[in-house]
Amino acid sequence: MQQATTLFHRRLRLRKGVGDVFHILFLLAVFVGIAGLLTLLVQVLVQGLPWLNWHFLTSYPSRHPEQAGLLSALVGTVWLMVLTAAFTVPVGVGAAIYLEEYAPKNWLTRLIEVNISNLAGVPSIVYGLLGLTIFVGWMALGRSLLAGALTLGLLVLPIVIMASREAIRAVPWTYREAAYALGADKWQVTKGVVLPAAIPGVLTGTILAMSRAIGEAAPVLAISALVYLTFVPTSPLDRFTVLPIQIFNWVTRPQDEFRGLAAAGIIVLLVILLSMNAIAIYLRNRYQIRSEG
Amino acid sequence: MPGSSIIEVKGLNMWYGNFQALRNISLTIPRHQVTAVIGPSGCGKSTFLRCFNRMNDLIPGARVAGQVLFDGQDIYAPGVDPTEIRSRVGMVFQKPNPFPKSIFDNVAFGLRINGYQGNLAEAVESSLRRAALWDEVKDLLHKSALALSGGQQQRLCIARAIAIEPAVILMDEPCSALDPVATLKIEDLMRSLAEDYTIIIVTHNMQQAARVSDTTAFMTMEEDRAGIVVEYGPTSELFANPKDKRTEDYITGRFG
Ligand SMILES: Nc1ncnc2c1ncn2[C@@H]1O[C@H](COP(=O)(O)OP(=O)(O)OP(=O)(O)O)[C@@H](O)[C@H]1O
Ligand SMILES: [Mg+2]
Repeated sequence: MQQATTLFHRRLRLRKGVGDVFHILFLLAVFVGIAGLLTLLVQVLVQGLPWLNWHFLTSYPSRHPEQAGLLSALVGTVWLMVLTAAFTVPVGVGAAIYLEEYAPKNWLTRLIEVNISNLAGVPSIVYGLLGLTIFVGWMALGRSLLAGALTLGLLVLPIVIMASREAIRAVPWTYREAAYALGADKWQVTKGVVLPAAIPGVLTGTILAMSRAIGEAAPVLAISALVYLTFVPTSPLDRFTVLPIQIFNWVTRPQDEFRGLAAAGIIVLLVILLSMNAIAIYLRNRYQIRSEG
Repeated sequence: MPGSSIIEVKGLNMWYGNFQALRNISLTIPRHQVTAVIGPSGCGKSTFLRCFNRMNDLIPGARVAGQVLFDGQDIYAPGVDPTEIRSRVGMVFQKPNPFPKSIFDNVAFGLRINGYQGNLAEAVESSLRRAALWDEVKDLLHKSALALSGGQQQRLCIARAIAIEPAVILMDEPCSALDPVATLKIEDLMRSLAEDYTIIIVTHNMQQAARVSDTTAFMTMEEDRAGIVVEYGPTSELFANPKDKRTEDYITGRFG
């Protein structure tokens, strides 16, 4: 015991003091974040709630604030999400399957992998301009939903690919081994064992990607321009607008009433976003329970 | 034809990259019997077992030289499809690895991918019966297989393997994750399955090898860690009077 007391200078008091200081600092950091968010939320709710009613959800935009609604933007957002998902999920999951299960592990594959991660960091307006050139211009799709969906699809594709790869990689090798040992070929293993086990993770990633896409204004602005639509799109080749753009439109108006409308639009957007995230969390929890069971 | 041989291994060598894992193994596996492979850890038992259904093909850098004749046909000959070999040589793994699917779908998986034309439900039931699991799971067929106990899961894996009617079943330490009661059940099962199938089992447990097997191969490592078969013969003889000093040391517990 002699040694222990002389060779160690434990300074327990000091260590505990330092620990407490950091504890308080971190708590403060959390407060700053939450307080900022709360102020925003309260402000939006106070301004927007009075405007939020059935009429608001089912009317077209108008020059008269009391008659204005966001029907065209709401329907446009739903259309855009469905089309974007229809494009991104097959391509994204397909790419993930290829990279995880089929691709040889060489420099080319690694180069592609690095670039996919990099693409996720490219500013969204760049995708907007790309879409404007390729889909609106070269492919002559016009300023249509389809052009918007393809553009947003490109934007979130890296997220879907990365989330799907992670989900596929998390499928234990022992499942694949068991399937191979039964005489399955690669595609049978992938389709019969790997994909079913990876689907919850893929879904979670896709929903998170979609909730990223839903809030994007910049690329959609490049494609659809600041339009004022008093109809709902009925086909993928129709013109469209979406919630962030409608909100942006209202914010730029001089009259105070339009700020209330913008706040009400933000509430609608937030509700959609939060529901999507809730679904993602639900799926992930269910997935964890299953894989631990 | 009991008494005849089903597999003949001739001059088998196997490498993981530059590391030689198996050296010059030759032996014949008798049909409708249980053959045990024993030996110290790392001597290449699992590697050897996986040569019988070409599972080593899945490991990058793995390479095989020599012949494994299955009913006279070399499974390593050019043009042989490993998936076809694996549907005739089934495998049960050390850790029970049912798919995260229902019990029914686990057994039906191999039937479906191999294009089974008969009645699926009947085939699943008969496989579960032969694996001595039917009575325990007949009311749970559409429940997740992951809810079963370890011993039940391993019997499910056996049912899954025999569903596609392989000629040979490879078992890599199938009881090492199980308690003694579950182990005895699997051992009984192996004895009864040997009437219809040829079984090759890797085990660390020498009592188990003595209890269940008709023939035993003892493996060990050479200086460069390559695995070799030292002694091969009827289990009773190998255990009662081993011819090789290394076998004797191992089975009397002086080594490994
Ligand atoms: N995938 C692999 N890549 C490279 N070397 C491997 C691989 N698998 C096994 N080996 C090596 O091959 C040798 C034999 O391994 P193997 O797993 O066949 O031994 P084993 O006799 O089954 O051992 P245990 O009784 O511990 O299961 C070991 O030296 C091991 O390190
Ligand atoms: Mg082993």
